[in-house]
Amino acid sequence: MHTLTIPTETVAPADDVARLLTPEGDRVSDPRLDPWAQHLDVDALRALYRDMALTRRIDGEGVALQRQGHLGLWAPAQGQEAIQVASARACRPDDFLFPSYRELGVLIVRGAQPADLVLGWRGEVHGTFDPHALHVATPQIIIGAQSLHAVGYAMGIRRDRSDQVAVAYFGDGATSQGDVNEAMVFAASFGVPVVFVCSNNGWAISEPVALQARTPIAGRAPGFGIPSLRVDGNDAVACTAAMGWALDRARSGQGPAFIEAVTYRMGPHTTSDDPTRYREADELEKWRARDPLRRVEAYLRRLGAFDEAFVDEVARAGDVYAAAMRDAVLTATTRPPIEVLDDVYAEPHSGIDRQRERFGAYLAGFADGEV
Amino acid sequence: MTQLTMGKALTAGLHGAMTRDDRVVLMGEDIGKLGGVFRITDGLLGEFGPQRVIDTPLAESGIMGTAVGLAYRGFRPVVEIQFDGFVYPAFDQIVCQVAKLHYRTRGRVNMPITIRIPWAGGVGAAEHHSESPEAYFVHTAGLRVVAVSNPQDAYTMLQQAIACDDPVVFFEPKRLYHTKGEVDLDADIADAAPMGLARVAREGADVTLVTYGALVTTALDAALAAEDDGISIEVIDARSLSPVDYRTLSASVRKTGRLVVTHEAGGEAGVGAELIASLTEQCFHHLEAPPLRVTGHDIPYPPAKLEKHHIPDLDRILDAVDRVMDRPHSLSGVVS
Repeated sequence: MHTLTIPTETVAPADDVARLLTPEGDRVSDPRLDPWAQHLDVDALRALYRDMALTRRIDGEGVALQRQGHLGLWAPAQGQEAIQVASARACRPDDFLFPSYRELGVLIVRGAQPADLVLGWRGEVHGTFDPHALHVATPQIIIGAQSLHAVGYAMGIRRDRSDQVAVAYFGDGATSQGDVNEAMVFAASFGVPVVFVCSNNGWAISEPVALQARTPIAGRAPGFGIPSLRVDGNDAVACTAAMGWALDRARSGQGPAFIEAVTYRMGPHTTSDDPTRYREADELEKWRARDPLRRVEAYLRRLGAFDEAFVDEVARAGDVYAAAMRDAVLTATTRPPIEVLDDVYAEPHSGIDRQRERFGAYLAGFADGEV
Repeated sequence: MTQLTMGKALTAGLHGAMTRDDRVVLMGEDIGKLGGVFRITDGLLGEFGPQRVIDTPLAESGIMGTAVGLAYRGFRPVVEIQFDGFVYPAFDQIVCQVAKLHYRTRGRVNMPITIRIPWAGGVGAAEHHSESPEAYFVHTAGLRVVAVSNPQDAYTMLQQAIACDDPVVFFEPKRLYHTKGEVDLDADIADAAPMGLARVAREGADVTLVTYGALVTTALDAALAAEDDGISIEVIDARSLSPVDYRTLSASVRKTGRLVVTHEAGGEAGVGAELIASLTEQCFHHLEAPPLRVTGHDIPYPPAKLEKHHIPDLDRILDAVDRVMDRPHSLSGVVS
């Protein structure tokens, strides 16, 4: 007899992943990944660590700004720094990335400015940075929708005979969406240069990944004709290698690739969420022991490349960036009310013109523009 | 001038747009070798190749979402939704992405996507093949919505839609695909009336009759028939449903003092409701009678054998004309 039950335990163990750094920071071997990690010298490892530490510092500042009432919302990235930073650093600057709202580390690697990270969450604007300048699409809120945009962009890359790659970022929850599945169909059928990066952080708000997938998510991609890797998403070295493998495939005309990065959302879904209602504290502690930053730190210490001067430099950079975020929030000015009507259309639109005329006349009735 | 069916005029419009701009790409189901189920893309695969005439997997959200990605890269995708009733799987991508990205990015990303939809009923089709979903799109800010009623407009407005930097939902009335008309293939598109303007299809003095799509033909027939009763109907083809050309519409209503709007879609919260509300606001003191709608019933699209009772016809339109003219009509003594 068939019964519908909500699974509570994952059937895809988080330890069943490819990795190159153990949680203790030991470098281990993996025949598939090793060739793609050889270029990671001490300088590259320190750069990885630096961007991950920056991401964590900036993430913490975002949470603080929200708690202090300066931001309406923040979606913490804590715990997911390795896959975000490592995958973005592995890309070429002209590869076009389509992130979800949580891909803070991707934006930082791509050079987003402090104001770019806060003015959206504050509610001053929707999109902050220029997507064409950063080669990063406006972060996506609708779950999984951006996966199709990445595939479409990659179809354009092929038509332009370019060797760029498009990258679609999404989470485990998104893999249940039709759009992600359609994206894989289109990507495989057209053989376009796109890399799917699924950050499986264990939770879609309160729903465990076992509700989205009873078998490893990476196992789905081959069914679409897309090769995949399931890597330790808290291992920045493995994430770098996996992304190198995927990018090389895509760039050399071998078509799409899929990476499932098994990681963990250490914080709430957003600052409006209370994860104590649906998950156990010991799960958090288990993942704290797999912290992505401490792992690279331990590895660098073994290599004799982690010293106080480096720690100070990274901390200083984080403090400077965080202070600039705070400054951007505190000095933010809300646009004049008439500007809500701006940019609905690219070309003149008589309906908008009429509303502008009427709302403008209404606003003009207030002294000094105070509404 | 060339005699063309609306279908062939649309094909010529696509050909013109693709010749003029090599960033124009066509996407859809069966649009390649088959030339589309209505043959609108017939011959274009052979001429422009599979890089620009793209047969897609059978997934409407996938088509629309990948069109967004192509637009991000500077292409001008022209998407064919095979039938009106198949657009709903793409609705999320249209409403949340296509319509909003220009606004979300404060004008940094354009979405010059044309969404062609073979539209509405009257062809005896199966379920889900005769729908009139235009109000959903009119209600969505960021989209432009147009409906064509004759081969010349089909040819011209399709090229204008493709050249537009905004997304355009382009409705093609299925039952006019084989209707012939004169098309000026040599005229410069730049000289044509903008697609945002309505067209006075027939001048008249007593009643303004506003419609769009295939019902323009029915409305013109009604106007001809009303002549016999000495009633002069001004027929307006709205053409653009978003934005609406209220300058042309309100000028007519102020002149005639009477307004009837007709469309195939159900009346509840439909385009006619909006047109009448807005025109009442603009022309209240010129009105001689309450404006009326003649629409499809508020029902799921009926079986083909019953559709003639759903789609407004000449007699139902004239009945409403009688009501606004204060002449005897079907509801005389029934509804005040």
